[in-house]
Amino acid sequence: MSAHILTVDDSASIRMTTKIALTGAGYQVTEAVDGLDGLNKAKAGQFDLIVTDLNMPNMNGLSMIEALRKSAAHMGVPIIFLTTESDADMKSRAKAAGATGWITKPFDAEQLVKIAKKVLGK
Amino acid sequence: MTSLDPIQVFRTEAAELFEQIETGLLDLLNDLSDQATIDAVFRGLHTLKGSGSMFGFEALAAFTHHCETAFDRVRKGQVPATAELVAAVLDAQDHMKALVSTPNGDHEEASNRLLAALQAAAGEPSAHATVVAAPLPKAVAAEPSKTGGKGFRITFRLPVNAMANGTNPLGLLDELQELGSCTVKADLSTVPTLDALEPTDLHIGWTLDLITDKGRDAIDDVFIFVMDDMELTVTELAPPAPAAAQEASAAAAPAPVAEVAAKADAPKAQAADAKHGAKQAENVRVPAERLDELMDRVGELVIAQSRLSQLAGSSADIHLRAVSEDVERLSGELRDTMMVLRMVPVGSLFGRFRRLVHDLARETGKVIELETEGETTEVDKTVIERLADPLVHLVRNSVDHGLEPPDERVASGKEKTGRVILSARQSGGEVIITIKDDGRGVNRERVRAKAEASGLIQPGQMLTDQELLQLIFQPGFSTAAQVTNLSGRGVGMDVVKKTVEALRGIIDIRSEPGRGSEISLRIPLTLAIIDGLLVRVGSGSYVIPLSAVEECLELSLEDDLRSRGRSFISLRDNLVPFLRLRELFETGTPPDRYQKMVVISTGDERVGLVVDQIIGDHQTVIKSMSKLHHDVVTFSGATILGDGNVALILDVTHLVAVGQQQEAHLRAAG
Repeated sequence: MSAHILTVDDSASIRMTTKIALTGAGYQVTEAVDGLDGLNKAKAGQFDLIVTDLNMPNMNGLSMIEALRKSAAHMGVPIIFLTTESDADMKSRAKAAGATGWITKPFDAEQLVKIAKKVLGK
Repeated sequence: MTSLDPIQVFRTEAAELFEQIETGLLDLLNDLSDQATIDAVFRGLHTLKGSGSMFGFEALAAFTHHCETAFDRVRKGQVPATAELVAAVLDAQDHMKALVSTPNGDHEEASNRLLAALQAAAGEPSAHATVVAAPLPKAVAAEPSKTGGKGFRITFRLPVNAMANGTNPLGLLDELQELGSCTVKADLSTVPTLDALEPTDLHIGWTLDLITDKGRDAIDDVFIFVMDDMELTVTELAPPAPAAAQEASAAAAPAPVAEVAAKADAPKAQAADAKHGAKQAENVRVPAERLDELMDRVGELVIAQSRLSQLAGSSADIHLRAVSEDVERLSGELRDTMMVLRMVPVGSLFGRFRRLVHDLARETGKVIELETEGETTEVDKTVIERLADPLVHLVRNSVDHGLEPPDERVASGKEKTGRVILSARQSGGEVIITIKDDGRGVNRERVRAKAEASGLIQPGQMLTDQELLQLIFQPGFSTAAQVTNLSGRGVGMDVVKKTVEALRGIIDIRSEPGRGSEISLRIPLTLAIIDGLLVRVGSGSYVIPLSAVEECLELSLEDDLRSRGRSFISLRDNLVPFLRLRELFETGTPPDRYQKMVVISTGDERVGLVVDQIIGDHQTVIKSMSKLHHDVVTFSGATILGDGNVALILDVTHLVAVGQQQEAHLRAAG
């Protein structure tokens, strides 16, 4: 069975691009519109990878990552966050919160899929 | 038809972000220290930049970056939010819209000019005041150095929490193995005894000997996400590699630019997030076409249901009747629910006017306060869209003609600040939108002079005050003063009136000299369903919107014969022109023995429609005419009857106009 990925982003266009890229690579994708939605969906389902934006309304990506890492069920689930080239500080905070890795905007489908493959392993 | 083009989705999203940013900026003008709003504006700019760069809007991303930076500084309390900064970002936002709509246009000059203004307002050194539409740096895409097969000894140890944080060390080993051939040795020396072992912790280190034709960069790439926190030594086993490789990887590290919410403001900001978020989470976005499709299906269901009811009514089967009644109730409820789905709060329309008034105030030098009331009143989406332009014109008019300059206001004992009040409320099946100002009111003398000059009225013609005011809605009416920069563009008052009437609405004006004017629009809540009067003309069925029907009469044979040639009927001492629909539609059938006349009106003007038979009232799901029938003016739409036949819906405005022309024509002929 193909890996199931949860994408969390408040931007519909980014969600769509991510989804197109990931489903195109054969992954199954579920979308969430902000951190809170992402947290609820992550807790309700079984995901092999979570790809999340950081700057979002309702609950930002940092808080979502922290909350997920506190639950035993989500320990070890790879979490990739989206960041921009200028967000070094945010990057270290997200890593401290328990993120696995990141991808820098703008990214293309190939880069995203490459990173998904990397953290998902074989 | 849902768009699956991400760029199109981005454009839609950008439009929403612009609205969010604009609302925030205008809110800020009221309270420059509101941290939640500052955060919201920042977030909007941030998302715009990020998504813009994703979809190739590089100029937009680069430009927005500067606005974002300015707001980031505000957000962190490094610079205060000022009215100048807000104005500069508002101006910059218009430019961003242009960058979204024509990303390939020549925007450089405008970009630089706006950035200079922005940076002046944000108190930044002007050294940054150039923006180049250069693509943002792409993510690290390291080129492996082509130095041939080499041997590396790699010793690494990941942080203890690496596995808990989602890094799979076996995956890393697999990746290393893909680079070439390798031997792996695990270092288990630091693994604790079983009683102290935390299963999610990682205590193993590895040493690999790797023979690869890839460079050091490829190895670093494997560890990219854990590089900063891990122990990693890579030594070359074969001849020494160029030392440049290591420096290169250091240089690739991102430049540190802080972008973190000030901690002290965090609770407030989060509370605001929750508030905004709650609003968003309640909404599901559905393309309008899907709603229209659903509406069509519901309409067809209602029709099928009425056929079922007819069948059941003529059947003796009690069970069939019971089911039929259930279906009738359910489809009625479904239709009502459907109506509500199409409703959107009028506040989304009012929001735009804050910006308009802000700009108008700047252009005219008047001090204006816009008040809005009843933003939560809900109206059919189509109505909102079509009302936007007329309302813009009305608000412009109020500001341009109605409100006086501050000194004139003070001189006449008014407050310096002129007020424009936009309000909406529901009344029965209608929504009433009013635009009210406390300006000088309509200048009657000027209206009369202009109307006489343009031949709309006879010199010295007696008119009631209301008739005089209504003149401003006449086509071709515009006072000389009206052609200013503001009101001169866009639509005229006659177009406003036409639009409102096309929505089956009524426009009214009241004005008190020296005290102000009030224009009210009464619009039906929905366009999709009307109560109609079903009539028969010849062998065809037609629907007349019930809201326009004043009364129904019998047209006696004598009246019919007497009025041959001049189609007027005397109705309570008023002459009312009438149209014989049988002749208008050329049915080619003889008239019924007892013809009926339906008197319809559009407020002031009336016209009678002669039909063969009045069948009764009929709630109608309106279907618009096909494109082929786009030019048909007599009918505004069509509907399907219970027996499956089609009935056309008469366009009241048009028919009244035809009747009035006939009257004018006959009067002129004497």
